Amino acid sequence: MCLAVPGRILSIEDRDGTLMSVVDFGGIEKDVCLEYIPDAEIGQYVVVHVGFALQRLDEASAMRTLAEFEHLGLLKEEFADGFELAAKQVAPATNGSSEVKS
Amino acid sequence: MKYLDEFSDPQLARRLVDEIKAATSQRWSIMEVCGGQTHSIIRHGIDQLLPDTIEMIHGPGCPVCVTPLEIIDKALEIASRPDVIFCSFGDMLRVPGSEMDLIGVKSRGGDIRVVYSPLDALKVAKDNPEKQVVFFGIGFETTAPANAMTVFQAKRLGIENFSLLVSHVLVPPAISAIMESPTCRIQAFLAAGHVCTVMGTDEYPPLCDKYGIPIVVTGFEPLDILEGIRRTVLQLESGRHELENAYPRAVQDEGNSAAKAMLLDVFEVTDRAWRGIGTIPSSGWRLSQAYRAYDAEHRFSVTDIHTDESSVCRSGEVLQGLIKPHECEAFGTLCTPRNPLGATMVSSEGACAAYYLYRRLEVTNA
Repeated sequence: MCLAVPGRILSIEDRDGTLMSVVDFGGIEKDVCLEYIPDAEIGQYVVVHVGFALQRLDEASAMRTLAEFEHLGLLKEEFADGFELAAKQVAPATNGSSEVKS
Repeated sequence: MKYLDEFSDPQLARRLVDEIKAATSQRWSIMEVCGGQTHSIIRHGIDQLLPDTIEMIHGPGCPVCVTPLEIIDKALEIASRPDVIFCSFGDMLRVPGSEMDLIGVKSRGGDIRVVYSPLDALKVAKDNPEKQVVFFGIGFETTAPANAMTVFQAKRLGIENFSLLVSHVLVPPAISAIMESPTCRIQAFLAAGHVCTVMGTDEYPPLCDKYGIPIVVTGFEPLDILEGIRRTVLQLESGRHELENAYPRAVQDEGNSAAKAMLLDVFEVTDRAWRGIGTIPSSGWRLSQAYRAYDAEHRFSVTDIHTDESSVCRSGEVLQGLIKPHECEAFGTLCTPRNPLGATMVSSEGACAAYYLYRRLEVTNA
């Protein structure tokens, strides 16, 4: 929930009077509200928090962060099914495994 | 330095570590406020790369961990109602209430849904007009703009079966509370980068002046954290206490103006209880008068909550940086991620969970 993930804006549309977009997070596409970065453009990178773009980001920084998150398994955690993650948590944990989620 | 190889740029990491070592002449205690930073520090062994004289103290910046037990119990009660669809971020599912958690409510037939964004919960409300849809709106300044916009949209679109169970918390009052504790030994703070992405940095220079502490706005990736620590140590060693922004690629001084304007409209500052810590004055947000009709606490008038906190869990002391997780007697024995006694063992941003995942063997064999 607390993770801010950079992603690239694929499309922008007005939905019921709200500025919405589809953002690509390293292959995972999500609906993202652009009301807080209203002048963002298709192709730009934004930092997204729980479905809301809060800041623009340059491409190099975004790519580096995405690669880092992918490596750490954080993208999977942010976008996975919450019930599956909770169930996994109940399963025995392995020390220092690549699965981040506690 | 076994961990350096795991950094995205090991050479830069080594240089930062060397610079920190060269600059350090005495003992310093630095608190990272944000739980995401705690996770990164423990996972990458950043604290173990530092000189022995620098201690990283883990702060209360895990929203899942500090959400008060009373609010968790209210969530469980509201979520148990047959006319309610209760939506939440996945992180909250296993946070222990007095008697059970949200997964327990679901197994007893409660309609609990995990959403990625609060706007998803608003859609659930629109699609289920015969149901009351409640979103569990918790978090620091980072999730608040999303929750604020969702309530604003609910009002604008006339979606009256939507409400928000709010327990927002704020970073600057927590820094004040920590500095004013008689047992405080913190000499500097790494401020949470994305909180400042939203709010900007104006709130911090008065804290630097009042308490004589450096505050360095810091990112979340391992190299960002090393850079934040490096700048903090340089300030400490030269006797400066200023606000510094070590994360300019994501933080502008003024923050996000549109988000701040929305927050000011939808929320108002309130005293807030922090789980394990107690009430901190003016340390949270609740819905403002204009949006009070969307407040789940008012709508469902949940009363008669009797909270019952675990008597052995010392998560409050962990959250205040008074003890390290493994110094709690229950750590790794009575309390594990599988059977958590406190929220700090549940969330991936909780210090106890981070120690359990990455340090368990080390700390129990020490």
